[in-house]
Formats: sequence, C-alpha cells, structure tokens
Amino acid sequence: MKLKGAEILLKALAEEGVDTIFGYPGGVVLDIYDEIYKTQFKHILVRHEQAAAHAADGYARASGNVGVCLVTSGPGATNTVTGIVTAYMDSIPIVVFTGQVPTALIGSDAFQEADITGITRPCTKHNFIVRKVEDLARTVKEALFIARSGRPGPVLVDLPKDVSQAETEYQESGPLKSAYHDPIYIPNLEALNETLQMIKQAKKPVIMVGGGVILGKASDELRKFVDKVQIPVTHTLMGIGAFPGTDSLSLGMPGMHGTYYANMAITHCDLLLTIGARFDDRVTGKLDEFAPNAKIIHIDIDAASINKNVLVDLPIISDSRSALQQLNKMLHQNHFTIPEDDRRKWLEQIRQWKEYAPLSYHREGEKIKPQYVIEMLYKLTKGDAIITTEVGQNQMWAAQFYLFNQPNTFLSSGGLGTMGYGFPAAIGAQVARPDKTVIDIAGDGSIQMNIQELATVVNYNIPVKVAILNNGFLGMVRQWQEIFYGERYSHTNISQIPDFVRLAEAYGAVGLRATKPEEVIPLIEEALNIPGPVVMDFAVDPQEGVYPMVKPGSPISDMDLGK
Amino acid sequence: MEAEEHVISLLVSNRPGVLSRVSGVFGRQGYNIESLCVAETIDPQVSRITLVSKADLSFKEKIKKQLDKLVDVIEVIELKRTKSVQREMILIGISIKKKVRADVMKAVEMFGCKVIFLKADYCILEIVGSKEETETAFNFFKPLGVQEIARTGVIALSHRNNNDI
Repeated sequence: MKLKGAEILLKALAEEGVDTIFGYPGGVVLDIYDEIYKTQFKHILVRHEQAAAHAADGYARASGNVGVCLVTSGPGATNTVTGIVTAYMDSIPIVVFTGQVPTALIGSDAFQEADITGITRPCTKHNFIVRKVEDLARTVKEALFIARSGRPGPVLVDLPKDVSQAETEYQESGPLKSAYHDPIYIPNLEALNETLQMIKQAKKPVIMVGGGVILGKASDELRKFVDKVQIPVTHTLMGIGAFPGTDSLSLGMPGMHGTYYANMAITHCDLLLTIGARFDDRVTGKLDEFAPNAKIIHIDIDAASINKNVLVDLPIISDSRSALQQLNKMLHQNHFTIPEDDRRKWLEQIRQWKEYAPLSYHREGEKIKPQYVIEMLYKLTKGDAIITTEVGQNQMWAAQFYLFNQPNTFLSSGGLGTMGYGFPAAIGAQVARPDKTVIDIAGDGSIQMNIQELATVVNYNIPVKVAILNNGFLGMVRQWQEIFYGERYSHTNISQIPDFVRLAEAYGAVGLRATKPEEVIPLIEEALNIPGPVVMDFAVDPQEGVYPMVKPGSPISDMDLGK
Repeated sequence: MEAEEHVISLLVSNRPGVLSRVSGVFGRQGYNIESLCVAETIDPQVSRITLVSKADLSFKEKIKKQLDKLVDVIEVIELKRTKSVQREMILIGISIKKKVRADVMKAVEMFGCKVIFLKADYCILEIVGSKEETETAFNFFKPLGVQEIARTGVIALSHRNNNDI
C-alpha cells in the first residue's frame, strides 16, 4: 500500500500506542495537519510551541508514557527548545516532531528555516532529520524507542516538507521492540549482595531516592524494600512521590530547601543508599561535607551519573526496578533481619530531629501565608491531586507542604528550573489523567510566562486549576536579594501585574480571588467544584521566605531555619 | 591531577552529525581535541574515530562515559600505548634551495621519509611513524625551512587482547 509521508507518520505513531499530539501548525507541516484533520487524530492545539513541548512533558510524567508534540519549522521549532532542555535535564521521554523546509532548500536560509537538529544536538538524547520518506516509519519508531529506553530523554525528529508529501510503500509492523541502541541493565548480583551486607552492618543508614525510581516504575518495589529494612527515606525534588510522603520513615526532601531532619540524617548517616538520583548541587551543598561519615552505594541506570559529583563506594549500574526487585528477592531468600537495637536508636534520633525542627511557618497575621494555601490545597484534595509547579518559591513550598503518596503526581522542572513549565505541564497531565484533579501551583511571575494557555484550557474545557501565590515579586530572587544583596531589590518588583481574575474571565475561564486567610478554604472548595478551568489568585504575604535554607556552597548541615 | 594525552578510539554509526555530537562532549567541558581522524571501517555503516585529547584521569573517565551514552556511539576504547599500535603521518612542504638541500636530503635518509613531490626548490616529504618519531623528525626539519605541514593525527589499533580494552 502506497502512503504519503504525513499518513505514515500518524500510522507509525498509532502503532507505537501514541494517541495524543500537542501541537501548533505552520507552513511546512500543513500536509501532516491535513492528515490529522482527515483521520481525526487527537490533537491539542496549544497557543505557543513552548507549551506544546511542556504539555508533552507533563503528559509523559503523569502517564509514564512518551509524550509527543508537533510544530512547524523555524520559530515553531526554536520555541520548543526550552521545553526540550527541561525534559532533557529531568530525563523525561518526549518526542518532538518539527517541520523543516523542503530538502532541496535546506541550507539556503529559506523562509522559516532553522537548523533545529544542530541547535538541539547538545540537549536531546538523540535527534534525526528524515531525508527520505522510506526512512520515515523506522525513524518515528526508533525515536519513540530511544526516548523511553534506558535513561529516558527527549528526541527530536525533523521532517522536511517534501518528505511528508512523498509517497512510499508502507507495511504495518507494530511497535518497535529494539533498536541498534538497545541498552540492557542487569544489576550485578554480587554488588547487590554486598549492599545487603552493608545494610546489615550499618547503624545509621539512609536511603535517598530520585526521579529514577519514578521513571523506572519502581515505587512499589521500593516500598516493599523499605518495609523490610526499616531505613528512613529521603527523596530529591524529582523523587517526590517515589516513596509515600506520609510514611513515618519519610524524611522529605534534602538539600538547599530540604527538611532539617533529611539534611541532618544525611550528614550523620553511616550508609547512604542512593537510587536513581544524581547528586545535584542543590541536593549536596558543599560536596566535601556531604554525607561525610557514610559509605555510599549508588544504583543508577546511567553510568555517566556515577562518580560524577560524589565518589561512591559501591556503584551499581541498573534500572531502579530491576535492582529493587532483586534486592527484595534476596531479602526474602536470606531471611534478612535488621539489627533492631541500632535501628531503634537511629530512628529515635531522627524522631528527635523531626520534633526539633519540623517544617513550619508563622501562621498568625492578617495576610495569607503561601504555605497555608498549599496546606489547604493538600487537605481539600485529600492529597490525591496531580500537582505541577512553576519555579521558585511556589515550587519549594509545594514540595515542602503538599505530601505525595503516589509517583507521577508531582510534576516540576527540577534540573532546568523552567518558569512557565507548570501550566502547560498541567494541561498535558490532565489530558493524560482526565480522572484526576490537576493543580498548577504558580507564582505571579512564572504564570505570566505561559499564560496564553488559558485559551487552550478553555478551548478544550481542560479543567486544570491554577493557584497563583501572588506576592507581587519574583519571590525567590527577591529572597536572595534580601539575604545576599543587602535588600537591594533590583528588578524583582513585578507588582505591575494584570488582574488575574479578570484575565481568566477574558479568556473564558473562571477567576477567583482571596485576600484574607479565612477566604482560602471556601475559595479552594469553590474552585474544586467547578468542572472547568479555574484561576485562583491568592494575595499572599510578600515577606515570606522559603526555609530551611542552605546557602550555596555551605554544607547541608548548616541551615538557616528562618526567622 | 596531571593532564595526560589519551588516545580514544570510537566506533560510531556512519551518519551525518555524529562527529558534531562527539566533539560536542569535549567542547562543552572546555577540553581541546589535539588530533582527530575519521574514516569508514570494513562495515560501511560504521566509522572509526580516533582522537587524542589531554585530560586528567577523572575527567577522562567522565568523557568516556559521556561518549558511550551517545546513541550513535557503538564502542569506546581507550588505547594504551603499550597495548596498541599507534601511527601518524605528516606531510611536510619544505624549501630545498641550494643552501639547505644537502641537509634536507641527509635528514630524509636518516628518518626514512619519502619524497613524494619534487620541484627545483621545493619538495613534499611524507613521514610515518609513532607520534614520537614524527615529532622528532618534524622538529629536525623545522629549522631547515618547513613552509607547510599537514598531519593526520594519531590512528591506532589495539593488539586485541580482550583484557586490555
């Protein structure tokens, strides 16, 4: 059967199980859009290409499947770059299809031509330009395979216009099972045995988990493992939800804005079992004084992450699920018992740290505290929502005060720290999980970076809720200016902002505002009962900072616990 | 740690853009590639890149892992001097005016290089050898009036003792 390139693209995607595309049309992808029109392929039209990439990313994080977006050449393609780097830094599987000028015009500075494969080479896991229609089907499938295999990441496929117009024979072949790049990770059994020995000998062990546990779909295995070994667990920002935040063994997040007890536990532990985390500088603080007394075991799928920042005692290259499954099997076979006396002492010490400095804030006053808003969002959604965040104070407070018990429910730009991520990511998450309440916790700065997506949520009645913690400042930068730059608030006052309620209404969404603490609960209740998109504008205390705080370059045991 | 020269041999897919990915790994971290040689292997779909870079030990390990991660990279091998054959070729364009002709020809004989192009007052010499050999020869010719030079950079093959790679 002879098919056009545009048809082949959609067929190959469907064979790989892709049923949703986030995109924005343009000149060189007209043939593909024509095919989308004819086949009624599910396509969500965003209002800016950056949002298409973030929405695909949010879709991937919430569903655990690959997210797909489609944009035109030139500016359409370059607008996705921030979304691509965001996904790259957090190892999120997305495939970005970009249109390209016809092959004969490539390199001639044609209208809307950009060398997008050149531009994205350092920030994609891999990218392709399809020069012949005969290569198209295979490339599409390979792109999806590469995006989701091994350490996942973004893949870009550049499609010249003449390739989507040309015809070739097409045979259905089902999803691609392997590619020439086909990493297999079997954990080293001896190393896992040694891990168990080290756990047995440890008096003060800590487990640190990262995004790799979520990407590896290993949360259930982790829970089983921890139940058995009774070791306290700290999770990085990317690891939120990998282990239940409400569990008594949970230490919350470590690092710059981590909990006192997570940072103390890491600093004093004698064994740090790290799974699927990469020792980011925001986690480790001053490297020499990170877990100074601990033997470190590092389980990671990416050999390049091991011994990159922190030198480890026992490296294990494996996906998180295989390693934990095997560990659980060994625990079962070996009738593993924990050294109870030692463990009791250690857990008691941690209990004391938790009691000494729990996450807290001053609740009194006339103004709404941003942390209170998040606590109430947690309470009123019963901890069962998918939360996306923007970047800055809103992100840290969300990570601290909303407790997550399930993986794939906290979506945040951890590595790149992309303002403007949360709202389009929430769109992607809601499309992936129509059954869930999806809330973007935003600041008044970052929401304005992709606010045009209000048109998208109204267009498709995507019932995302946006909670703006509105303090009239670029809050996190302001906090640094307050602490490190003598309160010289250079260009962080953004109190010239739109009326978000009226703005939401102008787009056709519902806008609600709270200015007093007692208005918070009724407002959230009202918003949650509205079956469509809602913008909640909370006028919060601009003086509020994120604490604890470790100054950059300081050891994580050196925390400012706030005023 | 002291920066040392390392010879790294890569088998990669023979596709456009691959070299740019490989060199990107070095460039991003501010490391220079001292020499680089790329050509197809017996399998036309696979190319071999042989490159030399100066790096300290820990950085070398990082680079090797980063290279290994690239989808187009099939294999990364570090070639140790004692466990591989390493060769470089240099073409030297040199003046052979009367004053220096005798000295040049003596050196040609001494280093066993070939004269592959000859005019009345100018010739091109080919020197093949280990990097030390080519270097020594080049340093000898330099004061005699070298006008142009082109070097292949090191190419190398391991002795294929599997324990070494």
